[in-house]
Amino acid sequence: MTALLDVTAVSKRFAMGGILSRKQTDAVVDVSFTLASGTPEIFTIIGESGSGKTTLARMILGLEDPSDGQIVFEGSSAEERRNAARRLAFMRRVQPVFQNPFEAFNPLKQVERYLEATARTLLGLKDRTAIEDAMDGALQKVGLSYAEIKGRFPHELSGGQLQRVAIARALIPEPALLIADEPVSMVDASLRMSIVNLLRDLRDTFGVSVIYITHDLATAYYISDRIMIMQKGHVVEMGPARPVLETPQHPYSRLLKQSVLSTENAGQGVLEPADRSIARAAWENAGSGRLVEKPDGRMVRE
Amino acid sequence: MADSTDILTVKGLKAYYRMAYFGIDREVRAVDDITLSIRRNEVYGIAGESSSGKTSLIKVLAAAIRPPLEVVDGALTYRFGDIEIDPYKASSEEVNAIRWKHLSYIMQGSMSVLNPVRRIRHSFSDFAFQPMGVDKKTFWERTRAHLERLNLSPDILRAYPHELSGGMRQRVTIALATVCQPEFIIADEPTTALDVVVQKDVLAMIRDVQRQMGSSVVFVTHDMSVHANIADRIGIVYAGRLVEEGPTRTLFTAPKHPYTAHLVGSLPRIGDTTTKAALEGRPPNLADPPSGCRFHPRCPLAIDKCKTEVPPLETVGQSHRSACWRADEVKPLAPVAGQPAQVTP
Ligand SMILES: Nc1ncnc2c1ncn2[C@@H]1O[C@H](COP(=O)(O)OP(=O)(O)O)[C@@H](O)[C@H]1O
Ligand SMILES: Nc1ncnc2c1ncn2[C@@H]1O[C@H](COP(=O)(O)OP(=O)(O)O)[C@@H](O)[C@H]1O
Ligand SMILES: [Mg+2]
Ligand SMILES: [Mg+2]
Repeated sequence: MTALLDVTAVSKRFAMGGILSRKQTDAVVDVSFTLASGTPEIFTIIGESGSGKTTLARMILGLEDPSDGQIVFEGSSAEERRNAARRLAFMRRVQPVFQNPFEAFNPLKQVERYLEATARTLLGLKDRTAIEDAMDGALQKVGLSYAEIKGRFPHELSGGQLQRVAIARALIPEPALLIADEPVSMVDASLRMSIVNLLRDLRDTFGVSVIYITHDLATAYYISDRIMIMQKGHVVEMGPARPVLETPQHPYSRLLKQSVLSTENAGQGVLEPADRSIARAAWENAGSGRLVEKPDGRMVRE
Repeated sequence: MADSTDILTVKGLKAYYRMAYFGIDREVRAVDDITLSIRRNEVYGIAGESSSGKTSLIKVLAAAIRPPLEVVDGALTYRFGDIEIDPYKASSEEVNAIRWKHLSYIMQGSMSVLNPVRRIRHSFSDFAFQPMGVDKKTFWERTRAHLERLNLSPDILRAYPHELSGGMRQRVTIALATVCQPEFIIADEPTTALDVVVQKDVLAMIRDVQRQMGSSVVFVTHDMSVHANIADRIGIVYAGRLVEEGPTRTLFTAPKHPYTAHLVGSLPRIGDTTTKAALEGRPPNLADPPSGCRFHPRCPLAIDKCKTEVPPLETVGQSHRSACWRADEVKPLAPVAGQPAQVTP
């Protein structure tokens, strides 16, 4: 069976300061992973800012070309999607979720306009009732309904509702894969759980696979099947989410875990900065070595 | 009630945004009847969801309000040594005299206090030189010593803000706010925008500087795991009201308000595979808040009384207050902190 998504040895290099400049940034370096079709999963990409997560997501969405390597979605590569019809077919299958619900919506536009535009362009719907049905179907999946948002402007909805509308928009073409780039980093704790619970329901109830991009290890542990940890563009550790986060092996993964604020000792005033030697080990050898497979199925750079 | 260990007492404080739209008056009751005191040498955390009024409250405390936000009722008294001052009854000269020197305020998104087109040292001299009240030479000596104590190289004084990373800029902002050794520091979400590794370092820095100087810090964030690690006591704000207050450990292990129980119980943690429920319902509209207990529409324990009668903030234990008609029945949702969670295979 063909894979849902096959990312093979993908790199992205940006020229800094214009085309003639020699300075370059390696935003993504030699990244490979596969999502199987037929077994929906939440695949999480973790890393601090600048580690290349968004660049990788943009390449998967076809918004950026890799400098090296190949990205194949359901058997077709980006080159094969040059014509408009195939491009449209691809966009029905892979959809992004915006990062910040408060910025994604124009305050002067009713929120249903966004859903409507997606129903028109991606599903080619013209008939008003068909459009409303498509909107309502997608909104129902996120626990809302068309009646609840009809005629509303962004300020009339809560942050949680807006983030749900953003996800509903992505669900309109019934995609196989959602790419959610830091969907919870701008929202507070109770809202955060409602969004991650929703992503989990989409996987379990509607069979949607999700690439969940975050720097929050706790929600990653909570919903992910597999995770991939990135440091400065390189994958340093990848594998089943729970074992990797319970006992991370790469120094950078360990540094991230040590930096998670625990509540076990709430109020005891024990706040140690992360172990300097782990931090040093993590940064000194960033990107060196190669990924080695471990008995529990994870890959660790060493 | 005034206690010599209290540096600030706040009584019945109300501050509203008052606006007129097309002739119709509208009030957003962002700070609604808050009574609390802050002790010397403690970190007091203020928690609550976004739009609950955290920033409005601390702007009032910092005497940094602007229209349409107005103090409509209540009193607020600072005690710095033998100075006793209510900023809303004092003259603007008297208020300016306590700024930076006794009271400093790190605003939300405050890295912008660093002027982008001038070197960092200009920010230090612009803000801190006059309040410190010493000659130039002593000023720079103290500034350098302070930076070193915070593990910052004095070389950063020569840098421009854009040459520093976000974490470094936040550290510089904290150094700037603390260089005059103020007794009272107010910080609004100072680590929310930072990456995990940097966040922990910055929190440790705030904790260190607080301990070295013995000052009081009011620390605002919606993130309970940050409070767990920095606050000695926490006040939980819901819809402009203080609904629970107590020692950090007590709020995590034995909360007495259903909202706190939710905040603490819904935190995902590595090693814990239980499902965490989100809070149902919409955050309240502060221009037209729910009657009775403002939390009642979202509360799992609500009874009829909660819809009509406002529960007072009452003592429920040592240094522990809660505003809930059913405080005795509140149970922690999650495994008690410190004990391993039940892990399902
Ligand atoms: N369009 C671009 N031009 C130049 N550099 C870029 C561009 N987009 C990203 N980068 C650089 O690539 C690196 C990775 O960025 P990004 O993918 O945004 O990381 P993340 O999403 O993990 O924060 C960073 O160093 C960033 O500055
Ligand atoms: N300048 C303003 N004018 C009118 N309302 C405001 C203004 N600033 C904040 N508010 C309102 O006051 C309430 C509390 O906001 P804020 O204190 O910023 O909350 P928090 O810091 O907890 O997110 C919100 O309902 C918000 O919309
Ligand atoms: Mg990004
Ligand atoms: Mg705020």
